Amino acid sequence: MRHSFSVTVGPRSFRIGSDWRDPVARLEALYAPYPQSAVIPDFTVRLEAERPWRRFVRPSVAIRGDYMLPDAVPVSLAHGLLAAEMAMNLQMALGERHYLLLHASSVERDGKVLLMTGESGSGKSTLSALLGERGWRFMGDEFALIDPGTGLAHPFPRPVSLKNDAMAVMASEVSADRLGPVMHATPKGDIRHLVPHPDAIAAMETPGKPALILFPRFGGARAVRQIGESEVFVRLTQASTNYVALGEQGFAALTQLVTTLPARAIDYPDTATAVDLVDVLWSDLA
Amino acid sequence: MTAPALLPDTLLRADPPGSHVLVALDVFTALYHRRSGQTHLVSEPVPDLISRLEQSAMTPAQLLAALSEEADVSAEGDVLAALIDRLAELEALGLVVRA
Repeated sequence: MRHSFSVTVGPRSFRIGSDWRDPVARLEALYAPYPQSAVIPDFTVRLEAERPWRRFVRPSVAIRGDYMLPDAVPVSLAHGLLAAEMAMNLQMALGERHYLLLHASSVERDGKVLLMTGESGSGKSTLSALLGERGWRFMGDEFALIDPGTGLAHPFPRPVSLKNDAMAVMASEVSADRLGPVMHATPKGDIRHLVPHPDAIAAMETPGKPALILFPRFGGARAVRQIGESEVFVRLTQASTNYVALGEQGFAALTQLVTTLPARAIDYPDTATAVDLVDVLWSDLA
Repeated sequence: MTAPALLPDTLLRADPPGSHVLVALDVFTALYHRRSGQTHLVSEPVPDLISRLEQSAMTPAQLLAALSEEADVSAEGDVLAALIDRLAELEALGLVVRA
């Protein structure tokens, strides 16, 4: 690879190689506050020209790595940063074998962790980013890593991919130097990265004890619904990318979460309502 | 090749205790089957059936008789047919095998 970049996020390290300088330069800027990894990486990502001549003519990035999806769609070089981020997600989702991976955002307060999981568009990512500016420690907007041995949730505080409306919400919360360039019309819509709060990066090796699971859903009137253990179990198996691969360890970790944590589904029409609901439910725990 | 249909006198057993892990949830029981690595969500009477077939091999008719001793289960033909259907499902999942 002509250009490369290494970084550590939480307990995992990545090496990203690229045929082009530009995506690597953008990664270096976005991940400037993170420790540069000197160790052998856990995961390797390669951003390659789809065909050799396409490095120069209508450049298009094909994502390669230790783990690949055969039908991963090449993206244009203008979205190379997005390609790198997607590739890092893919390596974790397919390759992680120690932690139980939950497709969930997470924040921590007083050593206790709030897990939020839901489909794309549920608002879990924006909500975690917002809480991360309002007295909570941001632990991650994409993956929560559950250690089957201890039951603790480990942070994976990657830069947050703000989509569409979330860009305006967060632009009024944080200084401009924590926001990356706006990428227009990507396969996921308009996207802009947010570098997490410095405290989140400084504490990215510190796990916390899961205390509450929320299933947020953006769009409806304010509502809270209790969810039974069986439904939580099914939803979390669906939210885990490596549950099957972990075998009995995954079963033990997941059933422990399900049988010990309260779980609620919340509907909210706007982020202010969501933050208020989280405060109310969190104080009910005490 | 499919196995011949289960009959009232087909002798069945479950894998011995320790071959699966059961965790009771609110309305279902989560069952992890070690041999296949598969997770199943089951409801009563499945955990009870498996538990009884772990202890000793039984035919569906014997199993129904045993269940009838402890619960208000009618031993009539349609109940036996329903039990055989459930056992056939468990056999298809590998949780119950022919002894």
